[in-house]
Formats: sequence, structure tokens, C-alpha cells
Amino acid sequence: MSDTVTVFERSRDGRRAFVPPETDVPEVPVEELLPAGAIRERPAELPEISEPELVRHYTMLSSKNFHLDEGFYPLGSCTMKHNPKLHERVAALPGHARLHPLQDPEYAQGALELMWRLQGALGEIAGLPHVSLQPSAGSHGELAGLLLTRAYLEDRGEQRTKVLTPDTAHGTNPATVTMAGYEVVKLGTAEDGGVDVDDLRAKAGDDVACLMLTNPNTLGLFDRNIEEIAHIVHDAGATLYYDGANLNAVMGIARPGDMGFDIVHFNLHKTFTQPHGGGGPGAGPIACSDRIEPFLPVPQVVQNGDAFGFDLDRPRSIGKLRGFQGNFGVFVRSYAYICSLGRDGLKDVSEVAVLNANYLRALMAEPGIADYLPIAFDRTCMHEFVVSGRGAKEELGIRTLDIAKRMLDHDVHPPTVYFPLLVDEALMIEPTETETKERLDHFAEVVRAILEEAKDDPEVARSAPHTTPVRRLDEAGAAKRPVVRWRPAAD
Amino acid sequence: MSRYTGVTDEDLGAMLGAIGADSLEDLFADIPESVRLGRELDLPPGRSEQEVYEHLAALAARNRSTEEEVTFLGAGMYDHYVPALIDTLLSRSEFLTPYTPYQPEISQGGLQVMFEFQTAISELTGLPVSNASVYEGPSAVAAAGYLAKLETKRRKLVASRGLHPHSRAALATHAAGYGMEVVETPLDDEGFTDPEALAGAVDDDTAAVFVQQPNFLGTVEDLGALVEAGKRTGAMLVCAADPIPLSILKPPGELGVDLCVGEGQTLGNRLDFGGPSFGFFAADERFIRKMPGRIAGETRDVDGRRGFVLTLQTREQHIRREKATHNICTAQALNALAGVVYLSWLGKRGFVELGELLLRRTHYAREALGLEAINPGPVVREFAVRVPDLDGLFERARAAGVNPGYRLARDYPEFSDGLLVAVTERRTKEHIDRLAELVGAPAGARAAPTGVGV
Repeated sequence: MSDTVTVFERSRDGRRAFVPPETDVPEVPVEELLPAGAIRERPAELPEISEPELVRHYTMLSSKNFHLDEGFYPLGSCTMKHNPKLHERVAALPGHARLHPLQDPEYAQGALELMWRLQGALGEIAGLPHVSLQPSAGSHGELAGLLLTRAYLEDRGEQRTKVLTPDTAHGTNPATVTMAGYEVVKLGTAEDGGVDVDDLRAKAGDDVACLMLTNPNTLGLFDRNIEEIAHIVHDAGATLYYDGANLNAVMGIARPGDMGFDIVHFNLHKTFTQPHGGGGPGAGPIACSDRIEPFLPVPQVVQNGDAFGFDLDRPRSIGKLRGFQGNFGVFVRSYAYICSLGRDGLKDVSEVAVLNANYLRALMAEPGIADYLPIAFDRTCMHEFVVSGRGAKEELGIRTLDIAKRMLDHDVHPPTVYFPLLVDEALMIEPTETETKERLDHFAEVVRAILEEAKDDPEVARSAPHTTPVRRLDEAGAAKRPVVRWRPAAD
Repeated sequence: MSRYTGVTDEDLGAMLGAIGADSLEDLFADIPESVRLGRELDLPPGRSEQEVYEHLAALAARNRSTEEEVTFLGAGMYDHYVPALIDTLLSRSEFLTPYTPYQPEISQGGLQVMFEFQTAISELTGLPVSNASVYEGPSAVAAAGYLAKLETKRRKLVASRGLHPHSRAALATHAAGYGMEVVETPLDDEGFTDPEALAGAVDDDTAAVFVQQPNFLGTVEDLGALVEAGKRTGAMLVCAADPIPLSILKPPGELGVDLCVGEGQTLGNRLDFGGPSFGFFAADERFIRKMPGRIAGETRDVDGRRGFVLTLQTREQHIRREKATHNICTAQALNALAGVVYLSWLGKRGFVELGELLLRRTHYAREALGLEAINPGPVVREFAVRVPDLDGLFERARAAGVNPGYRLARDYPEFSDGLLVAVTERRTKEHIDRLAELVGAPAGARAAPTGVGV
């Protein structure tokens, strides 16, 4: 059975999955314990469903998801690498999974040591000595970075108003800038795909608080001028922020701290293989230099002699970004990953990520593909690269969206599409290190087949997908008349 | 070659040949020598799966979990029973390993889960619009503050001292960025948010007022009175709530609250030493285009079949960039799945039964302890008492395998002898009576003493 009935529509009065434990205390009427005005008059309309049907409902829904364990998932800047199964086992150990966040540190030494060790490892990988694990995801880490910048500058008596972001930046960067109370100033991209250094020089005034940079950037290119960029930013008295979404390219090879970055965030759900869960959870720890350290969030995990504890006494801290100490369950998985790979394995990750991307780039540069999907900024890439669908649009009459949708019929997940914005009809491809050569060959064959097919009959791609549980959906209609919850049909 | 990569020597030769490179090193030529690491990372070498398991298991063994003690610790996260089917469903690769559903045709499972989740949250809160999750509770409160700024253009936020200390802290941290001032308003002598003080704290520049139901001490607030006091000058009213007591408490949306947000851990999520869990964010209809995060919507495909998509994406960072309503991208989809499965497992009647059990056990426990109550009024799930010898109690209790609760002095210096005691369906009458013995309550204070020794 594969249908679109919601769990609410499966409800039948009188069914149940939950049987409550015995009421072993006096059954005082609710009316005697709560004031009349506080009592709910009508129960929440939750479904009434038996356990077998509940399990079948969600199992059936799960079968409609494409997922990483099923096939190739080359979403650019998302780093969809294999999620080792060991991690689920160790995260589920009761000592981790059933540990209360306010447990006395004396009875949480294993958890605190794990966090302390993870802080150390991330600091070493970033080349920055101080780490806070607290932010909940990448964009939360970005916000932490700008709040740290603000606190650092205000501590120096400076009020700055602008933050620079390149036009290749992830959307979270400019959104974060606004949330942190700054004004976005866009930087142009040079012909080689890096930051336009002249533009940076012109804009890096004493009103600039920070430059947020992803390196390698969203074109998959390492900015060769990174040292000069760092000099210009620091000479202007601003901080240099590293968006760690693309860290997978450089582990054990080059470190943001050594490039001159002051603050870095990590996406543990990208580089450090927390499963993405269909949209989270993630974690976005940050690392920083000595001058930023006094402002890090509370609490910090510290080692005192042989024991581990929380440092709450941080008078210049920006405060708390969220409840408790962060997404510990994610830390367990990422720490296990770092232990498994070690110094040699982490470097292998980046080398193979870059090898795989360049190999796929070479396949995509072959005639029959590159004629329609030319590589944007065609030079050696890092962990990802971008092609433009302009040729396919003009010569075959199919757009990037059509190519992506047709890939769904071939059981591969499409790359990130229409990003970065400066590439027309962009497809942004990140294979990751966990794919084999055969998978990459197959993807190139799929692309070639889609283009070949479109020469004969572009309509197949234009009307794709054809084999999925649903076909193209009316997104415009959904936004125009939003239906965002189920309601029983009116009588 | 690590065990998660698969490049053989033969592959390497063929791949480099196709690229036109002589060595792996060639591929990194863009990285200036001066910023290369030039040494190995100062980390241990890689280890086998078995060795890593043993290492992690040894660390876990040094933590005392809620399996190993009887805990009355709450203060924001609670030791509820999580049904086995949640473990089974969440471990399915189909839910565990996809990305955010950017391609709806192959993500209908995840999108329908979001739609069902939104429906459940809407039912709980009495508000018509819910998003598909935010990070967790306190940052959801901070997100509500940002929405209030966008909506009202005012500069002040008023927060009750009954709001979780972490929520007040996160609100202040985020507000320092978006340029707003946070003012606190006190609790009265019985642990309620003082409506008169609240009315006095709001003015024409107040964007939003924040209260919590039940509040941090477990007090069931007179939410209607707080809404009236808080909205006096046109401010928005934000209610943080624990979703489980909403089974028996009047939905905030029915009392005129504009936004209801909160921590979702209690809905089928593990404690995990504080995360990951999920935050929920529900709102009145008029804020639908100012909401943070993902929202799933129902629609049709080209063949007229029902389907679900991410909708109203023009609010979001990947489309709207600096004009987005929030910067959130990755949220907590898997944890929200646990939430909707849990609520479906409880069902319409079971949810109420669970809420009533918590209410009765909370009141039973407060009586059984026989201590001076800090909040003597109606409470659910949690209550605060004064303990004459708090250190002594902790010493006796820890030795007996009991964690008596949360010391309020950490966040409320005015309650230096205060203990916050949390109850779940896992805390039986026998557990409660054991705690009562430990605090030295006379046996008469308990309805039916069991004589469980220390």
C-alpha cells in the first residue's frame, strides 16, 4: 500500500497503541487540581491507531524517500558522505542517550571528556586553539561568529556596521548578517572564481566588522589570494570568518587558522558525518583565535587536573546560544568518526574527496556532456565543481530543472541546482570521498543519456520525473493558498 | 585507504590519468605553500571499528544515566519513556540519511511527516500554523523575539522570570545581535508571573512579552491574565510551553497568545545530555509569511495526485538571503519525526491519560515531601520546595541511587535552599515515597507509606 493518507485520516475511535502505566496515586479529579480557566475543554485531535498500523504507516512513508544508503547523492556544499553505522550504536548507549543534561559533572565525566576531546580535535583540524561545541547547526555557528565579532569589537570600543560576503556565498551568510544586526555588503568574484581583491580593498573600510568567506568557495575553488585577503581584512580591523561548509576539501592539508581566519564553524552533519535526518539534526561548533576566546559562549568544557567540568564564569562571554551544552548526540557520532579515521584517515578523506570531484569533472568535460553543460570556472577544483546548464537550455531546450528531474528516474539524486547564483542554470556537484569510481562513471553516463535523449525528444526531460511516487508538484499553488496542516473535511 | 573510501591503486592511476594530473599533490596546487600544514595533524592514528566501540563504551560507562538512578531532575528536559517503535522507525535509513527534501518527488515520506508534525503541533498549541521544527527550546524563544522585531519594529522584549533561565539567556544573546533590549519581570510570592508587574513593564516600545506554561517552577500560570496584561500596549504575546501538559491545559492559542514555541524533547526524544531534540514554533495565521524555518504544504502533482512540498520558501535564506525571516537551514527533522510518532502512539485519549497521570503524581509528590512549597498553587510536572539541609539531602540521596532534582540557587539566588522536583510517568509512587523518606518527611505526609528504606 502506497498512498497519501495522513496518520490523522487513519484514526478510528477506540484504537490505541499506548497503554498507560498504573495510576498508583490517588485519582483526584483534575478539576480539584487545576483552576477551571486553565483546563483544556476539548482534547487535541491526535490519531487513534494501533501499533501495527502506526508502524506500517511510517514504514510506508519512509519507502517514498530517496536516501543516501540507497544511492548517489551529489548535492553540492552538502557533503552527503556515508554515515558509518557504528555511530548509531555508540550514540544509543544508555550512558550517552539517557544522560540528563543537568547531571552533576561528577557523574558525567565520560560525556565531558568526550566533548573535551572533540573540542581538541576540531581545534587541531581548524588550526585554532579554542572551541565551543554549542551552536546547533552551521547557520547558528555563523550567528555565533558574528555575535563574537560584535562583542570583540565593542570590547575595543568600536561600533562597526557592515559585513562583507562574496556573491558566491551560501544564503545563510547574508541572512545571518541581518540577524546579527549588520548590513550586508556584497563582494564581486574575479575571473578565476576567487574573491575580487580590488573590490575587497575598496570596500574594506573602518565600518566593516567582518568578512565571511567559504574556502574552498561554493564554486569548489580554493582562493589562491587567501593570504592577501586576510591581510586586507585584518588591516581594516575586521575579523575573518570561515564558513566551514566546505572543510571536507582541506582536512590535514591546510587549516583555516593558518590561512588567517579568526573564527570557523564546522558542520558536523557534513564533514563529520552526522546523518542528515531529512533536515537535521546537525551541530555547528565554532573554533577561534586567542583574541576572540574571552567572548565564547557559556558553558565551556574544561579540564581541571584529572577531572572535566564546565566553566561558567566567563564575564565577557556572549552568553548562551541555546539550552544546555549543545547537540551531544551529534558530538558522539563525530567524535567516533574522528577516532576511526585518525590523522591519516582525515587526510585521506580530503584527498579522495578532491580526487573524486576532479575525476567527475574530467568526465563531465568530455564531448557530449561539456557541449551542453560547460564547467564554470574550468580549472582544478577542490571537493566540488559547478557546471552551467546554459548550453542545454539554448541548444536542447531543456533547463537545469528538467535535467535534475530526469535524474530522479535514473535513481540518482540531482546535484544542488540554481546555486551559486552567479552561474546561469547552475548545477553544483559534490561527489564526496565515499563514492567509488564506478558510481562516478555511472553518474556521468546518466547525464550523457539524459542529454542524448533530449536531442531526440526534449519533452521526456521537460515532463520528468515519470517513475517517482508523485510527479512534478504545484509549488506555486501551494504557496498561494497554503495548506499547512490536515483538517477533517467539513460536513 | 580508510574504510570509508574505496580508491584502489588501479583506480587512482585511471582517475589521475583522466584528470591529466601526475599525482594527488597536483590537485592541491591552488593552496599556497605558506598556508599548507606541512605535517601530520596532531591526532592519534585511525582505529578499527571494534576499538572505537570499546573506547566510546568506556566513556559512556563513566556517565550515570537515568537507567542507573531514580532521577527527579528536570528543569527543561525530562526522563520520559520512549517507546521501542521510535527506535525502529528512526533507525531506518530512509529517514536517517536523506538531506533536506529539496526534490519533493523523491521526498514525499519526509514531507508528509513534516505536514503531520505541523498538524499535531497545531492541535497542541491551538494555533493554526506550525513550522517543521527549529533547533530546540531556548533558541526557538530567541527566534520568536526576532519575528517580533520584524513584525513590530519595536525595540524592547519583556520576559517573565518564570521563563526558563536558558531561554532568557538565549533571548538576550540573540537580541544583542538584532538590537533589542530584554527586560525581566518578576514572579510573585507564590511563584506566578506577577500580572501587575508585567503590565507595568510593557510600554509602547515593547515588541513582545514572553511567558512560559507551566513556568520554570512548574506553576500553571493564569495565562489569560498574562495575555491581557502583556498585550496592553500592542505587544505580541509569546508563550513557551512544554507540550505534554498541553494535553490537559487550555491551548495557548485559545487564550490570545500570538506565538507558542518550546522544547520538544519530551515528545519521544532521548535526553542525549541535552540534544539533539527539536524546537517547535507555532503562530497565528497572520504571521505565516514571517515564520522561521521549513514549512511543508499540501498540493497536487501534474496528474492531480495529492503531494507535499516545502512551501513559502521566499521567507527563507536560500531564496531571500539578507531579507530572509531567519537564517536557519538545517533544523531537526529526525527529532520532529520522533515527536509526531510519539504523539500518534499516545493518541487522542492516551495523551490526556498521560497528562492526568503527571498532574496527579506531581501533586502527590509535593504533598508527600511535606516541605515548604515555593509555588503552592497549581503545578504540573514540576514543583519547587525549600529544603532545610539541601547538601545533606543530596548526599543521602546520591548514596541511595536517587537524584533529588535541580538546585534552584544556580539560577534563582533568592531561592538558595530551593529544590525543583520533576515527575514523569517513569517516577512511580514508590520512587516518590523513597524521595520523601530521604527528605525526612513524616510518614503521615504520604497517602500510603511503603516503608522503602534508604
